[in-house]
Amino acid sequence: MRVDARLVIPPLLIAAAVLWSVPFAWMAVASLRPNAAGASDIGSIFPHGPFNLGNFSDAWSEGNFPLWYLNTILLCGGLLLVQCVTVSLAGYAFARLNFPFRNTVFYAFLLQLMLIPPILIVPNMTTLIRLHLYDSLAGIAAPYCASAFGTFLMRQTFRTIPRDYEEAAMIDGASVLTIIFRVLLPLARPGLIAFAIVSVTTHWNEFLWPLMATSSPSTQVLTVGLASFTSGAEAGSEWGVIAAGTFFVAAPLLVAFVAFQRRFVASFTLSGIK
Amino acid sequence: MSNTATTFGAIVRSGTAARRGARPHPVLLAAALLAPSAAFLLAFTYWPVLQVLLSSFTVRSFGNAAYWGLGNYVRLFCDPHFARAVSNNLLYAAGTIIPSLTLALTFALGLRDSTRFVVVLRTLIALPLLIPLVAAAALFIFIFLPGAGLLDYYLAKLGIGQTNWLGDPSLALGSIIAITIWKNTGYYMLFFLAGLSGIPADFLDAAKIDGAGAFARFRHITLPLLMPTLGFVTVIALLNVLTQVDHVIVMTSGGPDDATSLVLFYIYEQAHQNFDVGLASAATVISVAFLFLLSVGSLRTLERGTDYES
Repeated sequence: MRVDARLVIPPLLIAAAVLWSVPFAWMAVASLRPNAAGASDIGSIFPHGPFNLGNFSDAWSEGNFPLWYLNTILLCGGLLLVQCVTVSLAGYAFARLNFPFRNTVFYAFLLQLMLIPPILIVPNMTTLIRLHLYDSLAGIAAPYCASAFGTFLMRQTFRTIPRDYEEAAMIDGASVLTIIFRVLLPLARPGLIAFAIVSVTTHWNEFLWPLMATSSPSTQVLTVGLASFTSGAEAGSEWGVIAAGTFFVAAPLLVAFVAFQRRFVASFTLSGIK
Repeated sequence: MSNTATTFGAIVRSGTAARRGARPHPVLLAAALLAPSAAFLLAFTYWPVLQVLLSSFTVRSFGNAAYWGLGNYVRLFCDPHFARAVSNNLLYAAGTIIPSLTLALTFALGLRDSTRFVVVLRTLIALPLLIPLVAAAALFIFIFLPGAGLLDYYLAKLGIGQTNWLGDPSLALGSIIAITIWKNTGYYMLFFLAGLSGIPADFLDAAKIDGAGAFARFRHITLPLLMPTLGFVTVIALLNVLTQVDHVIVMTSGGPDDATSLVLFYIYEQAHQNFDVGLASAATVISVAFLFLLSVGSLRTLERGTDYES
């Protein structure tokens, strides 16, 4: 009985997985189907030719995808760099140093897991304006430059590294910064990669805060661009073009996920709260 | 100790002296290392909370100077739009969390073996978590399109006429709930899969030898051992129903007739469209208070789950 139950996947699970992939199947089919293929069966998810890449070139020229990609990559990359510095320094302090109220300070850091910027959009916008960061990529990134999750993760990772390494470096006269960035970080790569995956996924996909923190088209990221692009194309019922545009926004992370699935899953389950 | 330098650079660089005795005082060093993070947290987490508290108690009236009072809260609690947003949010929470957690647990139980086929099914269910909520919304706007849309196209084959999924006040919240379930179930499944992999196979085998059926094994072994995971996932799910409104903004703008307005959408609307900072701040304070209570409860869960270090 046991073997049977384990070999035969209940058909309902297969049905659920198929149902779950319907929106993606439609995205793939509709983006490849020329708009002229008839409005009556645009809802069909079964491929029938002729196919071409017309929707993709239309979406690329109607939207401002090169700029949106550039902004999103700059945002995610720049933010990740800053975060790596802040969380490594703070993670080291919590992992290795004894100071009064260490746990209290740590809890105060962890509060950020809950009080995430979207909930504080009103005061944070005021702060951005005051700091002259409103409508800039730096402004979108600013509230995330400190990361409670990253600090937590680096603390845990540093604690798994034997102290021998730093003690040897210390005897050789290495400074604290050298110890953190040259000795510990290379050993903490798994933690850093997990953090990088969560950070990039979160900020690639975020919408409300980038929407609130910017106003001009030149600072739009992919999600904000897609939203305005979609509402424009919707008016013209260009569903194939919308499907292609959505593909542009979603594809990089989908491809990365399928390619590095184990890494992604491990990072997500580590993160829990983004 | 002897090191009185207080600048960040001086402190962290002073470790160049070879002997450990010459290293900066640990408290100063800790302060220097925590300073960059603390500066950002102060500016964008703690200060905003304080600021939103202050502005929620600051009442501005036309022509008069601002004064302290509960006016914003009175207006907030008398505002039928806010009441509607809160009741919608409660419905939305129950309507998304219960089904998606049940489905996620079911999928995890059914798909826990890592055969190639199972991994494909798991991937299909997990994929929605990778795409932005606005991208999911873009797809579902078409799925829910009356008449030509995917849902109506296939329902028509069953003889069901066209439905205004997002435009009918009695259906719109349900449609928003559906997209949320689709988007988040795979994410929660990953946690249950991780939780399940932590349950020793011996436990289940021993129970089976003792004659426990599949349901009894689930009820008396798997479920109790999954409780920490369940608690953790519930916290994440609660956080999500309060902090994610991208799809509402893109798909319905809270309509029709406030049918899909959620608390954060209400805040966004007050701040961005009505420029009513007092009302937005008061609503934010309510949300922050809720999140604060949630975090006090969940930090313990978080610690219990992860404090395994030596």
